[in-house]
Amino acid sequence: KGIYDEALSSFFRNIDTRSGGDGPDIYKGKICSLKARALLIDMEEGVVNEILQGPLRDVFDSKQLITDVSGSGNNWAVGHKLYGCQYRENIVEKLRKTAEHCDCLQCFFIIHSMGGGTGSGLGTFVLNLLEDEFPEVYRFVTSVYPSGEDDVITSPYNSVLAMKELNEHADCVLPIENESLFDIVNKIHQMINSGKLGSTVKQSSLVTCSAGSGKTVQEKPFDAMNNIVANLLLNSARFEGSLNMDLNEISMNLVPFPRLHYLVSSLTPLYTLADVNVPPRRLDQMFSDAFSRDHQLIQADPKHSLYLACALLVRGNVQVSDLRRNIERLKPSLHFVSWNQEGWKTGLCSVPPVGHSHSLLALANNTCVKPTFIELKDRFMKLYKKKAHLHHYLHVDGMEQSCFSEAISSLSDLIEEYNELDATKGGPRTDPSRLKIAV
Amino acid sequence: MSIVTVQLGQCGNQIGGEVFNGICSDGRGTHGLCSKKENESYYDACKERFFWEEKSKVPVARAVLVDMEPKVISQTLSMAARSGYWKYDDRAHFCQKQGSGNNWANGYSVHGPKHKEVIMNLVQKEAEKCDRLSGFLTIMSLAGGTGSGLGAFVTQCLRDAFPTSFILNHVIWPYGTGEVIVQNYNSVLTLSHLYQSSDALLVHENDVVHKICAQLMNIKQISFRDANQVIAHQLGSVFQPTYTAEGGLHYSRNPLGDLMETLVPHPEFKMLGLRNIPQMPENSLAYSTFSWPGLIKHLRQMLIANAKMEEGIDWQVRPPCLGSSVPSSHSTNKPLHFNTSIANLVILRGKDTQSVDLGSFRDPSLYTSWLNPQDAFNAWKTPRAFNKYEKSASLVSNLLKPLDDVVGKAWNMFASKAYVHQYTKFGIEEEDFLDSFAALEQVISSYTNL
Repeated sequence: KGIYDEALSSFFRNIDTRSGGDGPDIYKGKICSLKARALLIDMEEGVVNEILQGPLRDVFDSKQLITDVSGSGNNWAVGHKLYGCQYRENIVEKLRKTAEHCDCLQCFFIIHSMGGGTGSGLGTFVLNLLEDEFPEVYRFVTSVYPSGEDDVITSPYNSVLAMKELNEHADCVLPIENESLFDIVNKIHQMINSGKLGSTVKQSSLVTCSAGSGKTVQEKPFDAMNNIVANLLLNSARFEGSLNMDLNEISMNLVPFPRLHYLVSSLTPLYTLADVNVPPRRLDQMFSDAFSRDHQLIQADPKHSLYLACALLVRGNVQVSDLRRNIERLKPSLHFVSWNQEGWKTGLCSVPPVGHSHSLLALANNTCVKPTFIELKDRFMKLYKKKAHLHHYLHVDGMEQSCFSEAISSLSDLIEEYNELDATKGGPRTDPSRLKIAV
Repeated sequence: MSIVTVQLGQCGNQIGGEVFNGICSDGRGTHGLCSKKENESYYDACKERFFWEEKSKVPVARAVLVDMEPKVISQTLSMAARSGYWKYDDRAHFCQKQGSGNNWANGYSVHGPKHKEVIMNLVQKEAEKCDRLSGFLTIMSLAGGTGSGLGAFVTQCLRDAFPTSFILNHVIWPYGTGEVIVQNYNSVLTLSHLYQSSDALLVHENDVVHKICAQLMNIKQISFRDANQVIAHQLGSVFQPTYTAEGGLHYSRNPLGDLMETLVPHPEFKMLGLRNIPQMPENSLAYSTFSWPGLIKHLRQMLIANAKMEEGIDWQVRPPCLGSSVPSSHSTNKPLHFNTSIANLVILRGKDTQSVDLGSFRDPSLYTSWLNPQDAFNAWKTPRAFNKYEKSASLVSNLLKPLDDVVGKAWNMFASKAYVHQYTKFGIEEEDFLDSFAALEQVISSYTNL
């Protein structure tokens, strides 16, 4: 529509560029030039340059980039200790500038991978920085976890070192595994190519497509996978609805204990079939899919593990009765922790995503994240026992053996907390006795 | 006398909009159910209570809108303006950007003190516009962060600033199967605080309203708007002008005062519930007829059998006989099956109300022994029909709500200390929780020992 509204302003500034160069912000009215409220950081230039030459070049302000040339060599220590130290002031300054342009800064989204050196090391350094400089602003982290067949040998080290930081400094983490993204992309691929009658997929509805992109799934698999993640984050934009749900509400409702802040996410539908009206059965199917193993963005099966809490954010033409009906329907097959038997957080937003009439984002605090962490720990230990590649890390200034032992200890403690919760699953429920009043 | 409404949070503002809409639309039109002259005095009384008028302009609601995020207030303001028949004062609202995050502590300890002055100034302005102020009606939900937490804080401020005015909190009890995970904490904290500052709490339960929409109104895909319209109708049936004196010809001048006098004889008992019949889709009204005896009989049995709506009433339940010992319950935690009332108020609107026999409501077995049924039961009758219903009956009762359930669930969660860190972060400590639990256990105990 060309109007700069509340929803857009949560992620973008609107700058008056009519007299050439950057003018003042326009707070209401027509869109002039949108600038993302973002900082792009990379210790090598290739990726950032590609963005700046692509269709989004005007959206990212060149003053909000921090790059270097040599990369971090897939080394967390280089990213965190070396570059962290080196770029600290620069990063703080740019963050302050971006924050100043916000009326009301609610949260930071950090998007990075765990397996490499920059995203993992420098990324978690920035996380720490954000806590120091902006302690009251929520820190949401979307972390891409390495898969089993990751070709970066040191990814277990990088991931576990980063995990400690996430444990201690993030408010909420949405882990994502490439394997899951890849499976979803393949599923869609099969659906498009299956040629089944009545199964023509609406191109614009694909969760793997960005609007206007002509590329097919095969050409750029990471693009498709990344679009899924982007869609995930967009769901938190502040559109209106009859039961608004905000980012700080997600943290409030889904994090019962400070360290247990890892949320399993799923998005449905993955695609919409064209030429088909949506009867209620399909709507209900959307809810069922959100809980199925193959819609999760990590390799996990929440249905067979223990829920601490669950949030459902529905968008589009869905009313509270549809929501309630489906919760009633699905509840019996899910296991909730004894002190949160009705642990549901719900949100209704009337604006559907592009190409769909409705969509659902499910966020769960569920012990099914445990296997991901256990595997990470196992892969770490395989390397650590043989002291493989340790010297690359230890010769970075500020890096010591204790960093490793503290990191693995932090991860072990986290796994143990999930173990304790799992142990309560299916056990007898003894409600604590109530306060007695003297009559 | 006038009532100033304070709409708090998303729920409070969404409902508030429907309430004023309903009141205005009922007051304005006769719907073929009364003469234009009769309607004039009704509409005048209604306007005095809820609206103030600038010369030759649309009535302006006597309301203050408060929310910690802007979307809902802006929708509510524009919906009112679009109606063309009433609106809100353009300056009578206050909002922020970031919301309260469903966190009671954030609403109460952070937003409350921070914005106290601005909010109370708005309230003061509205109060000053009234020739005579009857009191305040606050509308809020218990589950979220703003309505509940900021609402509790504002209620306290109202009590401090207006010690002689009446305060009635209209609270929305959330669905049993969660809309917000920490809803039980938020509810416990809110209820315990409101109990200290206000005169009475009028409760609407989402589960009940939902059933009314599904089974009585036949709505297939129920939206919050549908639910809010049912709630607005029920509130209107209580707050629209009525005659209170037997055979009186003037509309009551002190709605809140009259309500408190009839329903809250003792400050330990402040929980009010509302039942209204009949309730049906508008297009069925033309084909239905009602008799007063039928309506009264149903309403009474709804009270006895603890039925919240007109369908599925259990006609087997009878009140215990006078003089016999009340049967004890099997489990110590459950309240007795039959809910003894502290007080009941029946409001009848429509034709032939004067001749209606309400003797069955004066049955002493319905009430607690320390109150005379003459005092415990009251009836207000008004010939002017309400909201297109030829006959309509409401019952406002002072008796226990599903408090025990909510306290139980909250306690269960508190025992594992889940989510407590989210509250201590904003200054609500474990002790504060314990105080709230104790206060509510006291209320539950008082009601169950009747």
